[in-house]
Amino acid sequence: MVQVFFYIMAFITLASALVVAAGKNLVRSLFMFFVTLFGLAGLYVLALADFVAVTQIVVYVGGILVLILFAFMLSGKEALNRVSAQSEGFMSLKNAPALLLTGLFLVIMFNVVFKAQADKLPWVQVAASNKNIMPVNGTGINHIGVNLMTRYLLPFEVISILLMLALVGAAHLSRKPKEDEV
Amino acid sequence: MITLNDFLMVSVVLFCIGLYIILAKKNAIQVLIGIELMLNAAILNLVAFGRFDRANNAGQVFALFAIVLAAATTAVALAIVLNVYRRYKTIDPDQINQLKD
Repeated sequence: MVQVFFYIMAFITLASALVVAAGKNLVRSLFMFFVTLFGLAGLYVLALADFVAVTQIVVYVGGILVLILFAFMLSGKEALNRVSAQSEGFMSLKNAPALLLTGLFLVIMFNVVFKAQADKLPWVQVAASNKNIMPVNGTGINHIGVNLMTRYLLPFEVISILLMLALVGAAHLSRKPKEDEV
Repeated sequence: MITLNDFLMVSVVLFCIGLYIILAKKNAIQVLIGIELMLNAAILNLVAFGRFDRANNAGQVFALFAIVLAAATTAVALAIVLNVYRRYKTIDPDQINQLKD
């Protein structure tokens, strides 16, 4: 049952990502990116990381995608026309180098995955024998809360400061330039 | 049960799709989407391995940090894209080829 859900979610994720890659219309590919992110959130749930899945939906779908849509709508009609006039196929000659490089990289990565045999890694087997696996009953989220406030407190605070600095910097960069200081 | 190999294969394919988007697209915003796809593939790996670390939650907590970092990256990158568009009237990465005007 879980296996079937996994295959459905993986299919949704990969198919919508392929549509994003092949699409000519930028707005349509943005909305297919929504579907990819939701599929990924489903995969996180199947990996017993429900808190990460909810964060993914809140931050990515609620924050990043709306931000990208805003920037796209603000960048005007010309960019839109340029994209639609591009009229390139998935298999056109201009994309051949990118396709070749991606295919070779795919082969290499699959080789690495099959050679690595992640399920037989020593520390994974030790964790499995010590019952150090996330429980299915939903109490794993308590551990995350406690760990975030004790073991990972310093990275947590550092990353919050970094996020604030980045947002202030983004707001500063994207302000309207004054007339006298161009 | 779902094995780790399944998650790894999904994230490999996702990473390669993101790589293709970055290489082939002629629009800075689409390139940004490709970067997000690659980041998400990495986060999927973190989460998949994080299942085997119940005591410390290293994988999941680091995945949360990665999501926050992705948000910060996107905000700054979009601000830069807006500025580039204002100056060059295009967001094609191939046509932006001068550092000063």
